[in-house]
Amino acid sequence: MSAAGNEGPAGIGADTFPKLLIENAKRRGNRPAMREKDLGIWQSWTWSQVLDEVRALSCGLAARGLKRGDKVAIVGDNRPRLYWTMVAAQAVGGVPVPVYQDSVADEMAFVIEHAGARFAVVEDQEQVDKLLEIKERCPTLERIIFDDSRGLRHYDQDFLEPYERAQADGRAFDQANPGFFEAEVAKASGDHNSIILYTSGTTGQPKGVVLSFDNVIRTADNAARLEHLTEREEMLAYLPMAWVGDHIFSYGQSYCSGFCVSCPESSATVMQDLRELGPTYFFAPPRVFENILTTVMIRMEDASWIKRKIFRGFMDLARRSGVKILDGQPVPMTDRLLYWLGGLLVYGPLKNTLGFSRIRLAYTAGEAIGPDIFDFYRSLGINLKQLYGSTEASVFITIQPDGQIKPDTVGPPAPEVEIKVADNGEVMFRGPGVFQEYYKNPEASAETKTQDGWVHTGDAGFFDEDGHLKIIDRAKDVGRLKDGTLFAPKFIENKLKFFPDITEAVVFGDGREDVTAFINIDLEAVGNWAERNGVAYGGYQELAALPQVYSTVQDHVARVNRDLAEDPKLASSQIKRFLILHKELDADDGELTRTRKVRRRIVAEKYKPLIDGLYSDQSHVYIETEVTFEDGRKGKLSADLKIEPAEVFTLQDLKRAS
Amino acid sequence: MSQAHKKIGDIMLKVEDISLSFGGVRALSGVSFDVREHEILAIIGPNGAGKSSMLNVINGVYHPQEGAITYKGSTRKQMRPHQAAKQGIARTFQNIALFKGMSTLDNIMTGRLLKMRRNFLWQALYWGPAQKEEIENRMVCEKIIDFLEIQAIRKTPVGRLPYGLQKRVELGRALAMEPDLLLLDEPMAGMNVEEKEDMCRFVLDVNDEFGTTIALIEHDMGVVMDISDRVMVLDYGRKIADGSPDEVRADQEVIDAYLGVSH
Repeated sequence: MSAAGNEGPAGIGADTFPKLLIENAKRRGNRPAMREKDLGIWQSWTWSQVLDEVRALSCGLAARGLKRGDKVAIVGDNRPRLYWTMVAAQAVGGVPVPVYQDSVADEMAFVIEHAGARFAVVEDQEQVDKLLEIKERCPTLERIIFDDSRGLRHYDQDFLEPYERAQADGRAFDQANPGFFEAEVAKASGDHNSIILYTSGTTGQPKGVVLSFDNVIRTADNAARLEHLTEREEMLAYLPMAWVGDHIFSYGQSYCSGFCVSCPESSATVMQDLRELGPTYFFAPPRVFENILTTVMIRMEDASWIKRKIFRGFMDLARRSGVKILDGQPVPMTDRLLYWLGGLLVYGPLKNTLGFSRIRLAYTAGEAIGPDIFDFYRSLGINLKQLYGSTEASVFITIQPDGQIKPDTVGPPAPEVEIKVADNGEVMFRGPGVFQEYYKNPEASAETKTQDGWVHTGDAGFFDEDGHLKIIDRAKDVGRLKDGTLFAPKFIENKLKFFPDITEAVVFGDGREDVTAFINIDLEAVGNWAERNGVAYGGYQELAALPQVYSTVQDHVARVNRDLAEDPKLASSQIKRFLILHKELDADDGELTRTRKVRRRIVAEKYKPLIDGLYSDQSHVYIETEVTFEDGRKGKLSADLKIEPAEVFTLQDLKRAS
Repeated sequence: MSQAHKKIGDIMLKVEDISLSFGGVRALSGVSFDVREHEILAIIGPNGAGKSSMLNVINGVYHPQEGAITYKGSTRKQMRPHQAAKQGIARTFQNIALFKGMSTLDNIMTGRLLKMRRNFLWQALYWGPAQKEEIENRMVCEKIIDFLEIQAIRKTPVGRLPYGLQKRVELGRALAMEPDLLLLDEPMAGMNVEEKEDMCRFVLDVNDEFGTTIALIEHDMGVVMDISDRVMVLDYGRKIADGSPDEVRADQEVIDAYLGVSH
């Protein structure tokens, strides 16, 4: 890759984040590096101010006895001070360990104990309380530093202290030891450990993925160059700091390209902050794009008929020509003119409302995105692309190049990354982002990473004729029906989830005669339908049991079956029977991972009676389940669920119909 | 936690022998009690016991026929609500009394009106001292919004908010007056468990962080016993008990008033 005409990275010899920070402060000291909305006003810090803040905290940590190699746990929402903690720890040889802020105490205890963190820097009272609860179990944890002191005035434990105090001590230490900070920064190089990110993992305990500075910086920088990111990008950091994506987008790439990252006022204000900020670079999982689209559609339903008509008309045009215009393909002149008019009347105002007016580059990843949803955004002229990545790769394995976007593939390999498909269909990769090891877990490391640096992704996939990778499912989840035909559950679930009424689906069929499904309806979409049609319901459980809801879902399942019937390899995977679950699958109950992926095995164990019901000839089944409330208390939920059959098709049916 | 650190001060408000009647209906008869600085006093009692009337007497909406009220050392027989407000008494209402069409922020800003000194003409001019004053007051309101964690609804018209949030906005407006004495009339009525827990935390935090003295009416006994330093019980307009939550819980007359006795 050539660096010509590119402003990033701060580069030359800067092979660690503290060095990049010093470079950035030198090169673009007066440009904003971070923003945060506080008391209703966006406050910003320039790169030189950030260096100042970081230096103070860094020296403060050293003054408190942080030694090279010590782990620093970071817990909280996206806050500038927590991002600074990462680089401050790295500057004096510490290794930051960000922890998912919504973890319950048990999960948090596991990570902190496993990492052996000596220090924890946390956001507020909520996190302090959680740490105090688990401190007994984490003998290595010596000191807790908090950012927001509200409600903590009367906590008198001597190992607790405010961020400001650590910084004040750091400034004094810095004055007493001139040259200390620079000398410490100079000690580290690219092959040193940069961060440990715990993956929420679909099975078992989380694993700590150790990444070196080279891993993060080279991967972040390669992608930044490919996409021509500059110091003028704007990004909103709203996804968990413990997730590798946020670490690369809001930290790695910001330091490499020198652009400004903004933190929302609170997790509830993200959509408003997005609109005010108008980012140029944006990442969201498919679920977020889906939710935004659902909200837009619901609001349009409530608009006056004339507005609805204009919206529909221009959206049809966008669907026809918008994507082609974005990809630079030929489009009739009339459509081009009308599209321009649509930009004035519909697309522009809509993008402005969503905060997408200035977007130059948007990514989505993590799950398959519905083709309708994907095309909706692209047809508005938003350059939404898919990528395929993992924590073990420091994110980027493939990236869709501009102008060659397909909804069902994830694109060719990212720069410097090699990909091969193993004999069993599993995708494997090798490249500069390949992780060092799973922390304190040599067996898992050896299982995942081969001697010569190839990493098993656990995903099954293949390359299409253009060299774009297509992922179909988790390799271990791809099974076979009793008659030996291929069964890719996620592929079917995704097809179900593309309907706005369905948020989650779990299908079963491995080793069975036929395929059955659990469905979770979308409370917002279906609830809105119920409201508009005057159907009364008292909550999720009641709504899910309504006969009208069942019949709508039945139609959706039939449409999926029709799609599946078209492919001879998948025709026998058609869904025979289904039920709508009485509760939403929830990460607090262990049914989803923190990144909201279904934990198939746990769901299968927990709802065994329901699966048995699906494979019997009963028309309903009774179940009692344990649920965990937000404050950690447990309760019981029982329900009698209806089981419905679904229409199935043969190839002859389809031919006759057409 | 807050109980152990709290310093309850001198008597701030002394109510002596108050009697209030509407025609032939006697709402309050000979009620005396006091409120001490920094404490949380709960006023409880069965329906129609005169709790809301008592709050209305304290902040000058009702004028008692007999008795006197001493607030911060000055004794008075009658007082107008705006005078009460000027002296640092703020309140919320049993039935939410917000401006439904105005945003959360604007509603809270109305709580600052008493603190604004520039007259209508200055304000119409927009620039100059009125603007400076507006900014200062906005700052206070933003701190309250941050405190009550309602940033996400800052610009939402309050009529569109769920009940629990409206109650929180009303508390915000009362706090905007930076009161010394805060009167809360059933702050948790009609809330679910989670909203109640939030509200309790805010009441305790207000008391703890700003040192505000709080007198509240509440029906949820769990809440009352948990958060108040002292409980006063009214029944048929008379005071029947006054003491710590534990004392009141054990008081036979209180139990009778709540459960009823056979005569």
